[in-house]
Amino acid sequence: MGKVVSKKRLGRGVVWMEVEAGLVAGRAKPGQFVIVRVDEKGERVPLTVYRQNTEKGTVELVFQEVGKTTLKLSRLNVGDEILDLVGPLGKPFQEKLYGSVVVVGGGVGAAEAYPVAQALKKAGNHVTAILGARSADLLILEEEFRNLVDEVYIATDDGSRGRKGTVVDVLKDLIAQRVEINMVYAVGPAIMMKAVSEATKPYGVKTLVSLNPIMLDGTGMCGSCRVSVGGETKLTCVDGPEFDGHQVDFEQLMARQRMYLEAEKKALQRFLEESA
Amino acid sequence: MPRRSPEERVKDFDEVALGFTEEQALREAERCLQCPNPTCVSGCPAQIDVKAFIAYIRKGDFEAAVRKIREKNSLPGVCGRVCPQETQCEAACILNRKGAAVNIGGLERFAADYALTRNLQVADRAEGNGLTVAVIGSGPSGLTVAGDLARLGYDVTVFEALHEYGGVLTYGIPEFRLPKRVVKAEIDSIARMGVRFQKDVIVGKTVTVEELFEEGFKAIFIGTGAGPPLFLNVPGENLNGVYTANEFLTRCNLMKAYLFDIYDTPIYVGGEVIVVGGGNVAVDAARVAMRAGGRRVTILYRRTREEMPARVEEVRNAEEEGVRFMFLTNPVKFTGHNGWVRCVECLKMRLGSPDESGRPRPIPVRGSNFAVNTDTVIIAIGRKPNPTVTQTTPRLKTLESGLIHTDSQGRTSIKEVWAGGDVVTGEATVISAIGAGKTAAESIHNYFTRILKRKGVKR
Repeated sequence: MGKVVSKKRLGRGVVWMEVEAGLVAGRAKPGQFVIVRVDEKGERVPLTVYRQNTEKGTVELVFQEVGKTTLKLSRLNVGDEILDLVGPLGKPFQEKLYGSVVVVGGGVGAAEAYPVAQALKKAGNHVTAILGARSADLLILEEEFRNLVDEVYIATDDGSRGRKGTVVDVLKDLIAQRVEINMVYAVGPAIMMKAVSEATKPYGVKTLVSLNPIMLDGTGMCGSCRVSVGGETKLTCVDGPEFDGHQVDFEQLMARQRMYLEAEKKALQRFLEESA
Repeated sequence: MPRRSPEERVKDFDEVALGFTEEQALREAERCLQCPNPTCVSGCPAQIDVKAFIAYIRKGDFEAAVRKIREKNSLPGVCGRVCPQETQCEAACILNRKGAAVNIGGLERFAADYALTRNLQVADRAEGNGLTVAVIGSGPSGLTVAGDLARLGYDVTVFEALHEYGGVLTYGIPEFRLPKRVVKAEIDSIARMGVRFQKDVIVGKTVTVEELFEEGFKAIFIGTGAGPPLFLNVPGENLNGVYTANEFLTRCNLMKAYLFDIYDTPIYVGGEVIVVGGGNVAVDAARVAMRAGGRRVTILYRRTREEMPARVEEVRNAEEEGVRFMFLTNPVKFTGHNGWVRCVECLKMRLGSPDESGRPRPIPVRGSNFAVNTDTVIIAIGRKPNPTVTQTTPRLKTLESGLIHTDSQGRTSIKEVWAGGDVVTGEATVISAIGAGKTAAESIHNYFTRILKRKGVKR
């Protein structure tokens, strides 16, 4: 399990990888993820399942090279093995008919938003996608979304593709134009999900966010992925990853995401020096 | 038993207790009276024939001694190290009346290590009976079921959710108390009996109990242990630097975070460390913290030393290593700076009348609040039962607490599904999980023996 079948770059620093995962393929539902450990000394990190191929027994992972682990992963070649891959983890997204929904995917979050958008579409919703990135070369899956959903809006911070601004600016415009929105699903950087939740709150639009805290075992045992939702401590790996965005303590989530920042920087730097 | 000096051992993760030499083991075994009606055996949840194995040690036949232990217990190297012998076999030793009991744990460990270091094949196996059993979880209860059933000729597959086998023996108990090579060797020894091991499989997620039956397993044992950590539910508990014992120990033991330069998993241990709790897990966490960078490590416990559930020997080890204790103290609030914990506000407690557990109830002393500065907090107040199997197995009857309901034989509400260990009893000891595994294995064997007999199948 874990052999890399194929690999390509979707954008700058964003990698798509198809890996053998016979036990997971065909079982992962939208919103679920796997945990991988690249090699013997490696840490355990959660990764989104973008798509899966039951017959081939593979899953497709999309991730951004942000630290040592994701760099090590992206440097695996076709035929190499990921040492451990376990899942599917997390509660699946419950598809249902809301009417008109907006799916917001920030950066690499678009890959996780894709299966959710697919499920929402299948359930008969009118699906609008808002995809955003810092710049055009970081934007992923635009074509795939255009082929899937009813409307696609693009925003980049530098205006190199689509509208200059953020996904939240687009969302605010839609709300201002009194476009009917019955549900918003957002996945991306915590700061983006926070802004989306703040934008929808005054209008009482149901907002689901898919959280991405630091995880370890992924089975509810260690408690590292805890997050406050409505004042209660929840474990993202088993109670989530999806929560009511209006109830999430994003400040705490962001602080906890930074917990190992110094160590992560050190590890990355050492890895880059060693592999230079 | 010889131990390394506190000054030396606190600098690394190597084992604290060194174990008997052959000479010392022979001398200790000589002390055994070989009672005609040994009481020590009844004190052992695994029913090891203590008298017989010690007799072999006395004769110098160490291999026969391990063989004798292994008839009843597949994990002697583990049990010899982490069992609370002082409240079990050794408590029942007649020599207690004349001073000190025989160091049965030390002798068990000696025999196990003898086989381990020589890589002796000391487990026998009956002819295969063609019956397949799935064991969920590779902790002490699951390994025991696997070992016992393999010995009887069953075809056993063990499923493990993590990337290493051993459950709490691997992620929970630190290297200096239970070296991973010992756990691994005993698992290898079970594997040599024909037990198959499959890691990275979360039963309930990757595959369900129903699907295991569809795949052809005839019986299933659930030994998934304890799961989510309990929280104090006080303000500031999710600040950075506040760990659950589970996260702290898993990062260190399983992921080797204390070797961060070599391994990729980080951990942060500040100079001032507070550990909340009084059990073995709290003591383990405190001692790991001492070794992983803590300058001053303090255990806060809401009762007194007498009520601490941790093993006396390990409390003493911790104290020798410099761990401090604050008894009758309970945290009520954590405060921080820039998202990181900096201070614990505590309340003094006093002991009242006994509660459901039979121990005196800790009662807060009003207005006794005081603050302690800290950089790292580890919460070690217990865990809930693991819900991964129960949540996806609707037919499985559970108690309100989430524990799996079984009868005294480990039988669950589903025919041909057994369960045991922490997921049935709540958090307990390694040896009680082993005891539960033995009971379940026996029940599974009785069940199939009856069925085979009824069908007229001769074995």
